[in-house]
Amino acid sequence: MHPSGLSARGVSVAIRGKRLVSDVDLDVVPGTVTILVGPNGAGKSTLLKALTGEMRLAAGRVTLDGADIHAMPPRDLAFRRAVLPQAAEVAFPFTVEEVIAIGLIGAQAPDRAAHVARLLQQVDLPGFGGRRYDSLSGGERQRVQLARVLAQIDCARRAYPDGAAPPAFLFLDEPTSSLDLGHQLTVLALAREHARAGGGVLAVLHDLNLAAMVADRMVVLAGGRVVAEGAPGTVLTDDVLARAFGVKVRVGAVPVGPFVLPQSIGAEGLRP
Amino acid sequence: MSAAPVPGTLEMAPSGAADRARPVKAGLILFALLAIVAFLGAIAIGPLSIAPGRVLAVIADAVWGEGASLTGAALRERVVVMDVRLPRAMLGALVGAGTAVAGAIMQGVFRNALADPGLVGIAPGAGLAAVAWVVFGGAVAHLLPLGLQGLGLSLAAFAGGLLTTLVIARLATRGGQTSVATLLFAGLALGALASAGTGVMVFIASEQQTREFLFWTMGSLGGATWLKAALAAPFVFALVALSPFLARGLDAMALGEAEAFHVGIDVNRLKRICVVAVAAGVGAAVAAAGVVAFIGLMVPHLARLVIGPGHRALLPAAALLGAAVVLGADILARMIAAPAELPLGVVTALIGAPFFLWLLMGRRAFAG
Repeated sequence: MHPSGLSARGVSVAIRGKRLVSDVDLDVVPGTVTILVGPNGAGKSTLLKALTGEMRLAAGRVTLDGADIHAMPPRDLAFRRAVLPQAAEVAFPFTVEEVIAIGLIGAQAPDRAAHVARLLQQVDLPGFGGRRYDSLSGGERQRVQLARVLAQIDCARRAYPDGAAPPAFLFLDEPTSSLDLGHQLTVLALAREHARAGGGVLAVLHDLNLAAMVADRMVVLAGGRVVAEGAPGTVLTDDVLARAFGVKVRVGAVPVGPFVLPQSIGAEGLRP
Repeated sequence: MSAAPVPGTLEMAPSGAADRARPVKAGLILFALLAIVAFLGAIAIGPLSIAPGRVLAVIADAVWGEGASLTGAALRERVVVMDVRLPRAMLGALVGAGTAVAGAIMQGVFRNALADPGLVGIAPGAGLAAVAWVVFGGAVAHLLPLGLQGLGLSLAAFAGGLLTTLVIARLATRGGQTSVATLLFAGLALGALASAGTGVMVFIASEQQTREFLFWTMGSLGGATWLKAALAAPFVFALVALSPFLARGLDAMALGEAEAFHVGIDVNRLKRICVVAVAAGVGAAVAAAGVVAFIGLMVPHLARLVIGPGHRALLPAAALLGAAVVLGADILARMIAAPAELPLGVVTALIGAPFFLWLLMGRRAFAG
């Protein structure tokens, strides 16, 4: 098998002898959005770090178009995938534009200011280029980081002749955690757009309803193992949620797809 | 996101950003001018005061002149400029530039504006080696090539700083990963050990040896010679020449090590290069002039205030400003108690420490 796209086989990750992720098989297919869900401590972020090449594997292999990503030079990897961290502090008083420019890899575009302005427009922060990063709110910082990640994806595409760029992969670790509803939708729309343009997306999300809305495929992780995967309609069942999250909720269905009703546990269910 | 988009906002955005752009070019020009003024001032000012215009004429005459035998005042001017003040100013500029660039690189690697080359054990390690030389060097000095015998103390300090740094970097590296936290703590521990060793040396040293050592730990350009400047120059120039290649990596490191890796930086390689470069640069500076306090900490701070934290401009700015500050401090060191000379490190600490406290109080955000 020569899988195109990003592919994990038998991946295990351990920190100080403790297994955090065990024997995970997972594919991020170009043109699709895969959403990783699971309870706290399920190993979602750890798995993401293994897939981006940041963390060493205890066992298994992660390949990108057949090549082992842990053997690829960081620079080559940067032209194939970008990563949005959960939260990023910036050590020095950089401006928003300077932070985004860190994502500009390879040959520099002649119109850096215009490029940055366009990215800021995409994440709904027009005119923020000259602001100090450390003066922004958590949600604004998250969107600046997203703009940096999009800058990297842009540059990766530009590094190839027109239309010849291989698919780039976008890894998002809880990209909506500090955002209001409107901006959560903005971010997920950008992720969808990246997939529509031919890229692959893997995102960790906590909100199952947003996950169901944006995902082509969902992977449910619990105790470091995959407990279910597939289309949202097949993954989001009462049974899977009970096994993964240990809660008895009901999954409903509306014409656009499945939805999870936390209210279905009733007032009784909130008692410890 | 409270402000509603108003017509024209979009078009204004790029120019608005440009309005707030940092005065990078102006800042670099300012620092370069300061360095030039301080350099000429360091040669012009002294017991024999020479007009800045004369300074250039004397140098030009010494380099390109016909070598006509000078007499009286002209001879005295040439000797003062060429044999005393010019090498001293050269050495001061090199020490200032090397220490300040090393400080800026260290702060970038540690992601902390309070980091200082002293933290990775260079100063204490160099200190121990220097005292050891003062106490025991006489026994081994004859092993050195004849021309370098007078530089035994400097060479020992350089080797000590480099060795300590390499040991600490070795301790902090496990399986190819260099932990910045371990590096820092190993540096503190080995620094304490080196200081204890220095204490033992001072205890067994003679009174004359102790005085020699004390002068060295307080930093001074007093012993400047052309040879010392020539020995320090390759290291400082190499450090400055290397800095453009480190700039992007250090900028990315400000986001965090994982993020730097994600944008394509080989983080462990960057850290290794920085540690060795800094150890060599600071080792050379310390070997030439002793420990000149606060330059590595204060100068990058100041430069960042003017031109911002981007390392592409910050590293050359630190080199220029570092040269200017050390030369300025050396002028003060020679003038305050003239004809006696204060140790340079004492002057930089007297200026640097209060300045630094003021900076911390007023601008907590810059403390990182």
